Amino acid sequence: MKKEALKIETYCMVKNNRIVVDGHLVFEDQDAVGLKAFAKTAYRHLKPSYNKFFKMDEISKLAFVAAEFLLKDVNLEKYKSEELSVVLSNSESTMVTDKNHQQSISDKDNFFPSPSVFVYTLPNIMIGEISIRHNMKGDNAFFIVENFNADLIANHINNLFLTNKSSAFIGGWVNYSDDKYEAFLYLASESGSILHNASEIEKIFKINH
Amino acid sequence: MVYFRSDNIISSLGFSTKETFSSIFNGDIGIRQVEDSSIYHEPFPASMIDLNRLNSEFEILANKYSNTKEYTKLEKMLLLSIEEALRKSGVNIKSKRTGIIISTTKGNIDLLETNNFPKDRVMLWKLGDVISDFFDNPNKAIIISNACISGVLAINTAAMYINSGRFDNMIVTGADIVSRFVVSGFMSFLSLSPTACKPFDKTRDGLSLGEAAATLILSNKRENNEHNIVHRGGASANDANHISGPSRTGEGSFIAIDKAIKESGLNYNEIDHISAHGTATPFNDEMESIAIHRHGMDKVPVNSIKGYLGHTLGAAGVVETAILLEEMRRNTMIATAGYNEHGVTNYINVLSKNTPQNLNACLKMASGFGGSNAAMIVSKSSK
Amino acid sequence: MEELIEKLKVQLIEQLNLEDMEPEDIDADEPLFGTGLGLDSIDALELIVLLEKEYGIKIQNPKDGQKVFFSLRTMAEFIKENQK
Repeated sequence: MKKEALKIETYCMVKNNRIVVDGHLVFEDQDAVGLKAFAKTAYRHLKPSYNKFFKMDEISKLAFVAAEFLLKDVNLEKYKSEELSVVLSNSESTMVTDKNHQQSISDKDNFFPSPSVFVYTLPNIMIGEISIRHNMKGDNAFFIVENFNADLIANHINNLFLTNKSSAFIGGWVNYSDDKYEAFLYLASESGSILHNASEIEKIFKINH
Repeated sequence: MVYFRSDNIISSLGFSTKETFSSIFNGDIGIRQVEDSSIYHEPFPASMIDLNRLNSEFEILANKYSNTKEYTKLEKMLLLSIEEALRKSGVNIKSKRTGIIISTTKGNIDLLETNNFPKDRVMLWKLGDVISDFFDNPNKAIIISNACISGVLAINTAAMYINSGRFDNMIVTGADIVSRFVVSGFMSFLSLSPTACKPFDKTRDGLSLGEAAATLILSNKRENNEHNIVHRGGASANDANHISGPSRTGEGSFIAIDKAIKESGLNYNEIDHISAHGTATPFNDEMESIAIHRHGMDKVPVNSIKGYLGHTLGAAGVVETAILLEEMRRNTMIATAGYNEHGVTNYINVLSKNTPQNLNACLKMASGFGGSNAAMIVSKSSK
Repeated sequence: MEELIEKLKVQLIEQLNLEDMEPEDIDADEPLFGTGLGLDSIDALELIVLLEKEYGIKIQNPKDGQKVFFSLRTMAEFIKENQK
């Protein structure tokens, strides 16, 4: 059976205290100061009952909220869980949390590294959090690049699709440094109208940037 | 077809695959008690690189390239590892058709403490630039940072790049160091064993950390020798269960193996040997035994080499694949150091001594934080 | 003892980021793990850090944690017994 080409079914951009889905502003809170506060009001807006959210570090909260808004009106249940993959990227890895952990170990007389901070010093924990929340058991990959690279993500996802590893994919970029944050996630599947390739992804990213 | 052209390991037990393998074969344990208060205030067991040797061998390399720049310990490990693998492969690293993938969890994270370099040197993307620039590779190096499956994931990704025609050759290189950052974190997780780790053993009580760099060079062209080993399939999967605890049903690992085997076109009964992740934490080894058992591979000889070199994190998958390839070339399976009495619920065939056996097709497993799992199938190519 | 339990409630909420909870939501005798508060393995490790940081008590064997961290009351009793 010949496969359809992958399409971009829906996408979501989170930055500047705004959440945009498929080009439409769906949530905004200009009063929130910092990512932690914004992620919390965005989370409360959707009213999910998911206490683990509060245990996450900031960048995982960002990834979680972006995925929550991305998938709000999507039915993933038509797929087998092992056919749902997540491929993400960023430039900072988990630097904000890394510095947090480093601080807890730099003073010999106040040496209390926290396991719940340390576990978040791996960028793919974001993939883990999204996978747990949406029961996605397919392929994982986290890439680090200096700037958003649509080709890297599109190519990896298309390769996974063409080698029959998965049917639907969350791809994108979730980045957080001391002064700014940005998440861009999309869902690629056989539904939708925008072709899943680097130039289309680049276009969407730039328009919403 | 994707061929493994050459490889290297820089570890506590040697600066080449052959040297490391020979030490392991002879039963040498690279994990020692480390007394270095700059890393941890109490002694702890770990597998450490010989720093003097690293510096002196790197000086020779730098001279060869007339390079007078400063490099970090991790960068020196990576550069030496790539150079040695490259020399044996005949692959042109300066070609547009040669890509580089770096697998690491924390890269130059020790620079967070004292940084004599420009500030961005601690960033993982910067590591990619440093490595490509040293060898004049015209492509941006790709960095994969996916916890302890990074290495296997990087090899699988490299194979996809070659299979899809994007590159002719891929240099997969992985490294991590034993830093204060990582040791303190694992200590807070209470997951470090007070002794050298004991994978699959009844008395296993945690992992040992290690530092290493390793390189595999993959190519769409074969070499003219009898040892052509090819990448047959690979996949990753998420447990979708917990961010640090492995699945109690081996779910993700089971799925990754299933997909890798399907891609390989092989049957389960054709798998001669399994190189497990085998960290020696109670839950990881139990989980892997469940995944192996669920696939009906109870009788397939399994080993973990972490009892020799510790858990080298982002390097682990690359190091352990290089060891696996050497096992295949020599048709000899390595004993699982630290394994004495069977300690996982399912009966699986853990190797307690070096065992000669004709090895045609093998499975490599990996698992890590974030619920991540990966699997890869390699085999000798039919002529 | 009751005073210590009240203090522990606040520390628990703070240390484990139980954001949606108030001290009065926690029953001193309800199990912290499993069916009760639903804490997980990372929380258990975090409680070990809490004991050391706030009370100077070190749990050497993580298996001891199961008894100590059964409920807030068992935790308070353990602190009383072991504090110098």
